[in-house]
Amino acid sequence: MGAFSDLLLIAAEEAEHAEIHAGDGGWWADTAGIMLILPFVAYLLIIFFGKRLKYQGGEFAVGALAINLLWATVLFVMNMTGGVLDQTTFEIARIGSDLVFELGWVVDGLSIMMYFLVNFVGLLVFIYALGYMEGDVRVANFFASFSIFAGAMLVLVGAPNLIQLIVGWEGVGLASYLLIGHYWEDMDNVKAGNKAFMTNKVADVGLILGAILLGLAIGDFDFGHLSEAAVAGNVELNAVALTGGFLLFFGAMGKSAQFPLHIWLPDAMAGPTPVSALMHAATMVTAGIYLMARVFPLFQNMAQDARPWMIAIGAITLFAIGLLALVANDIKKVLAYSTVSQLGYMMTAVAAGGYTAGLFHLFTHAFFKALLFLGAGSVIHAVHSNDMKDMGGLRKYMPTTYWTFIVGSLALAGIFPLAGFWSKDEILATLGHEGYTTVMWIAIAGAFVTAFYMTRAVALTFFGEYKGHGKPHESGKLMARPLIGLAIPSIFVGVLNIPGVDWPGIGNFTEWLGVRVVAMGDYHPESVDFGLAAVGLAAALLGIVVGWMIWGADRKTQEERDSFAVPVLYPLLRQKYYIDHAALGIVGATTGPLARFVDWTNTYIIDGIVNGVGALTRGLGTFVYGILDQRGVDGIFNGLSAVADSAGSGLRKLQTGRIQQYAASFVAGAIVLAVVFVLVS
Amino acid sequence: MTFADWISAPVNWVFLAIGLIVLLSGFRVVTSKNVVHAALFLVGALAGTAGLFLMLSAEFVAWVLVLVYIGAVIVLFLFGIMITRAPTGLDEGLDSDNKALPALLSLGLFVLLAWSSVAAFGGEEVASLGEPTSTETIATSLIGRFVIPFEVVSFVLLAALIGGITIARRDLTPLEEEERASV
Amino acid sequence: MLVNQFLILAAALFSLGVYGLLVRRNIVLILLSVELMLNAVNINLVAFESMIRSADATGQIFTIFIITVAAAEVGIGLAIVLMIFRNRRSADVSDLNLMRW
Repeated sequence: MGAFSDLLLIAAEEAEHAEIHAGDGGWWADTAGIMLILPFVAYLLIIFFGKRLKYQGGEFAVGALAINLLWATVLFVMNMTGGVLDQTTFEIARIGSDLVFELGWVVDGLSIMMYFLVNFVGLLVFIYALGYMEGDVRVANFFASFSIFAGAMLVLVGAPNLIQLIVGWEGVGLASYLLIGHYWEDMDNVKAGNKAFMTNKVADVGLILGAILLGLAIGDFDFGHLSEAAVAGNVELNAVALTGGFLLFFGAMGKSAQFPLHIWLPDAMAGPTPVSALMHAATMVTAGIYLMARVFPLFQNMAQDARPWMIAIGAITLFAIGLLALVANDIKKVLAYSTVSQLGYMMTAVAAGGYTAGLFHLFTHAFFKALLFLGAGSVIHAVHSNDMKDMGGLRKYMPTTYWTFIVGSLALAGIFPLAGFWSKDEILATLGHEGYTTVMWIAIAGAFVTAFYMTRAVALTFFGEYKGHGKPHESGKLMARPLIGLAIPSIFVGVLNIPGVDWPGIGNFTEWLGVRVVAMGDYHPESVDFGLAAVGLAAALLGIVVGWMIWGADRKTQEERDSFAVPVLYPLLRQKYYIDHAALGIVGATTGPLARFVDWTNTYIIDGIVNGVGALTRGLGTFVYGILDQRGVDGIFNGLSAVADSAGSGLRKLQTGRIQQYAASFVAGAIVLAVVFVLVS
Repeated sequence: MTFADWISAPVNWVFLAIGLIVLLSGFRVVTSKNVVHAALFLVGALAGTAGLFLMLSAEFVAWVLVLVYIGAVIVLFLFGIMITRAPTGLDEGLDSDNKALPALLSLGLFVLLAWSSVAAFGGEEVASLGEPTSTETIATSLIGRFVIPFEVVSFVLLAALIGGITIARRDLTPLEEEERASV
Repeated sequence: MLVNQFLILAAALFSLGVYGLLVRRNIVLILLSVELMLNAVNINLVAFESMIRSADATGQIFTIFIITVAAAEVGIGLAIVLMIFRNRRSADVSDLNLMRW
């Protein structure tokens, strides 16, 4: 009968779970794969029937995610109350007799959390997009790509093995490319899409190589087997664990925008705002963190030597990129840099051994970052500009947006008792406990910076005088309701994981995430460390105060200041006005140049390196071209001088655009590789 | 097996004859100064290949090659050549000016491939004019073990059909659209 | 018959195809060269099949797949050539440099 009948006989494999107490989820877990498929069904429906409908097919996208959310919620609740651990796979191909490729879906604490997050945030963002995109160009295309975006992310988080993860990973990359370049009439947007795609591609090489290396070491690509082998101390795996771990981390750096591969994310703001919201909250950028969490046992048991590097990169990301948000004037870019910075927190936490801490921050961050982006979108929709210089005073015109944006900002800044406070505090506690004291202080400084730039964004957007054109108005219900829907969890989800608190009947977030094939062995704080929490909170409050002094105080009339919602601070400001100058002076003298320096580094050094590598490659191409045209010397000099030139349009003439030169280089490269391969083997 | 043994088998003479046709035709395909001639030389190369397939007892595939390639694909090529109005006479602009590097590259590729196949399959023999693979075997295999790839390939063909039409279709000018609407 | 005689012939044909791909400037001729390369691969597959004699004729099946996909490729390729020619009045690849930056 052959492979066809094998395919029809879908054999459900029950995952082994020795120590961890969990049910198998029954029917809901066995049918969870529907979540991975429905968005693609929606895609097809949108393509064929979308244009005839009122919302151009957005109905299908919303419907698919609504059904998905039902599954995700049921599983989430089941996991809360008893734990769910199940895996369904079926074979799609087999190489020889050992190497099996499987697709399927895994249902465990980690994936259930992600299912819930993607579907919940995705649904609200989709509903918001119905209103946001109304009357825009190519709405049906937008919703079709948007469905793929969510679907690919679900394929990614549901992946039982590295192969399916790569499929989802690339699917997310493709969808993001389509969405970032949605307004392709403008060349800049096309370039932003290209940049995102190519930066991610660079990192993807790491992921793919790492997957091959690890998969061949243990004989298959299954995450469960990988974790078990890591815990059991498999010798073959141990030999490649460090290299494989680094390679996977390199892949994660691209998707999760870790320094220095973060450069694509701010540019990715070119897409419609709902795309940014989803990309920054639940899909795409969380993929890297998710991958690190998925292979956490590998780093916990074997590839420990990779962890200091990961922490260093995370720490640079969280602080240095956070500073960039201070000099950005595009409201979406402020939020984008903020996301990069928060991803740095998550990466640092996971690398330091705080599996739960990092993921809990991912969980809470998804709600308030989606909220902030949707709020920003609402503002942009009203004033028709991304630039905060065109905004100001919007709190009078857009009360719902204003209040929800405030909630999101406070949650992001980590103000008690909002969600961000609890998750950030847990990261600090983990860093402190694991002995990374310096990094912990960097993270605390990062909390200050976070509060600082969010205050700035809020002050410039919602306070002072309106500086744009026309009269802004509150967005319609389709856009306002999702804001409220995200604001509520932004306030409350933090209590799910208060250290030492077990909610009756459901336990806490730490327990839910611990439902994996093997025990994670990460650190959980036993109880709240009030001292550390106070320091973190103080840093955030200081950020708000300083931010307010600089951007809030001199921007509005007396009456507006009085009516501001922080009356406690107001007299303080008035009596000690010199603090204003001092703060302005100190912060302006230190932070400003520092931020500008980082911005400069970002613009010239890192982009320069990227451009330089590109230039070098193109230089080599020209060298070959020079030989082709018997103008070798000329080509070398062009190449060298252009490499030295290193930026700008002068380089472009080197990219010949002649397919056959590329093909010749390709053939030459293939021959060289083949010769190497033959010689080695 | 010595060269004398090899050359004394009549089947290898046939191979040499066909191989010579294939190579010469192939050479003319890439060097001919006339586009139509290049396409016609490809017919020679393909016919020779079909002959090789017959020698290798792949009867069905040989006839598929003749039907699909020589019957359809080459005709398509000739259409393409005619529509793009390539001159039927000699044309100087067909090749790029620099042939040295491509020649070197392809020579290197040939040496690499030939050397590695000699190294890998030194004295291995193929069944000399054995029993042809029956069409039944191929049919069973095609809709048995390989049914999924088979379906995928048919989907690819369908997509190519639709894609070809969509790409090659000329959008009507507004004037033409009006005319068509009025009819 | 040695399997190598077929493999070397295929290697020669493939290299000729590569040469044509790199040297030709007319897109139709480039497509012809690609057909030569595909054909070389087909010879390899059939020769290996004849050497191994697998039960379900895998090598020949894949040859059929390649022929099919090549037919699709030619259809699409020529459609693209047609469109390019209509827009630019030329079938010369060196004129197609819109993708450079």
